[in-house]
Amino acid sequence: MTTQARTNQKERNIAGLLLGIASLAVTGVVLIILFVFKEGWPVLAKYGPVALLTGKVWQPEASNFGMLPLIVGSAYVTILALVIGAPLGVGCAVFMAEIASETICKIVRPAINLLAGIPSVVYGFFGLVVLVPFLRTIVGGFGFSLLAGGIILSIMILPTIISVAEDSIRATPREYKEASLALGATHWQTIYRVLVPAARSGIMAAVVLGMGRAVGETMAVIMITGNTPLLPKSMLEPGATLTGTIGQEWAYASGEHAGALFAVGIVLFGLIMLINSLALFFSGKKVGT
Amino acid sequence: MGRVSKFTQAVAFGLLWTTALITIGCLVLIVLFILKEGLPSVNWEFLTAYPKRMGREGGIFPTIIASLYLTVVSLIIATLIGIGTAIFLAEYTRESIVTKVIRFATETLAGVPSIIFGLFGFAFLVTFLGLGFSILSGAITLALMLLPTIIRTSEEAIKAVPDSYREGSLALGATKWVTIAKVVVPAALPGIITGVILGVGRAIGETAAVWLTVGGALRLPVSIMDSARPMTLHLYTLAAEGLSLPRAYATSSILIICIWIINTAANLLMSRFSLKLRS
Repeated sequence: MTTQARTNQKERNIAGLLLGIASLAVTGVVLIILFVFKEGWPVLAKYGPVALLTGKVWQPEASNFGMLPLIVGSAYVTILALVIGAPLGVGCAVFMAEIASETICKIVRPAINLLAGIPSVVYGFFGLVVLVPFLRTIVGGFGFSLLAGGIILSIMILPTIISVAEDSIRATPREYKEASLALGATHWQTIYRVLVPAARSGIMAAVVLGMGRAVGETMAVIMITGNTPLLPKSMLEPGATLTGTIGQEWAYASGEHAGALFAVGIVLFGLIMLINSLALFFSGKKVGT
Repeated sequence: MGRVSKFTQAVAFGLLWTTALITIGCLVLIVLFILKEGLPSVNWEFLTAYPKRMGREGGIFPTIIASLYLTVVSLIIATLIGIGTAIFLAEYTRESIVTKVIRFATETLAGVPSIIFGLFGFAFLVTFLGLGFSILSGAITLALMLLPTIIRTSEEAIKAVPDSYREGSLALGATKWVTIAKVVVPAALPGIITGVILGVGRAIGETAAVWLTVGGALRLPVSIMDSARPMTLHLYTLAAEGLSLPRAYATSSILIICIWIINTAANLLMSRFSLKLRS
């Protein structure tokens, strides 16, 4: 073999090796789906997805695996998180993109990054020692509640919402803003009549991504919602979420109960895929259309 | 500009300022509260002593080592795979069905909740492969979670390297791989390292996935097959079981300080990197 041929062979080997490495991420996804489904399937098949999804009683020790209380619990904390977090996050994104000076951005952005980096278990701990006692004093009850979960989650999803929404507002063509200002509109009129509508699909994507983060969050929710798998009557009651139930029960679950937790995992995975495709749908839309 | 629209603008801008202030306020409240309660208990003894009575007394030394151990092993795995994938995506292919599948997989990994990674690690690594509750099981699970960040930042850093670098190297007779290994990757290194540093932050802060794969043994992990309890999981146990509030505050403080240092380092590196490429 000539030197040239040997070099070519080596280059081809490297390309092949890199393709192999690159396909590991795909392998990972396939394995995750495969193993979560494999473990959850027996329970799903035995009781039927409809009965599991609409069953109102989650009592693993009595083989009752109705997931409705968990789904409602997850819905509660997620909606609360969005009701508080979405306006705050989008407002802050508009502020960063349009109002704040370079200097202020340089202060606020690291703060938001720190907010994004604080471990969820620290948020949970803060909720446990500050928010839960606070709610107990102010509104009564246990303090451990879906409301507490929703409030902490609303803070946790802020960084996601802010960064994605800010990017989409900044991505609106400059001409839009200039034309609007040239027509005599005020800066605020330009923001809410031109820039925000033009960036609305990106803003929707930001909110939906925040929603995904809220649905998938585990540790903070475990520590402050009370983990009571009963159908909640109000947000002031303790509740349990899909994620929290897996986290709370996996350590002692065995047999069919363990399978049921994997079935909860399947539902959670399906929900997240749905939310992510929605976010992808929004972020795929072009600005202004 | 009419007086009414001027007034509306003032009110609206006031509200927008308020949203920003609330956001910063939440951060300041959480960080200051935890540091105020926690820092007084952080001392050399706390960092280097073994816990006693399940963590009610003593320090948190083994949990710090467990966090470091997990972080190092998971980042070695994730960095090797991540940079390889990024080089492949940026240098070896055009956009095709293959890259679409890889990108879709990466995006999916980025969106999967950590508890699902935990379930997967528990079913596949701990049980099916028989790795047991171990640093290795936890690190592989974490590596999968870190991959999307490392792939994305590395790919962007590699793509930001000017083509003239590649052309210069190729014109000197270097092969494609030599060009990538000796010219492109070194030029992109600060950007790649930024991604890795962000990964460190994520690895140190992760709890749920680690819980289901590392177990939670409160002893010093030596072998990679040992079960362990990282700081985050220890904090959860201390707080949820009400073992020791002061130690929970102190552990939270250490976690927050770690994340703050990591973020600052990533920030500095990133701004220096973009300056260098611009000049």
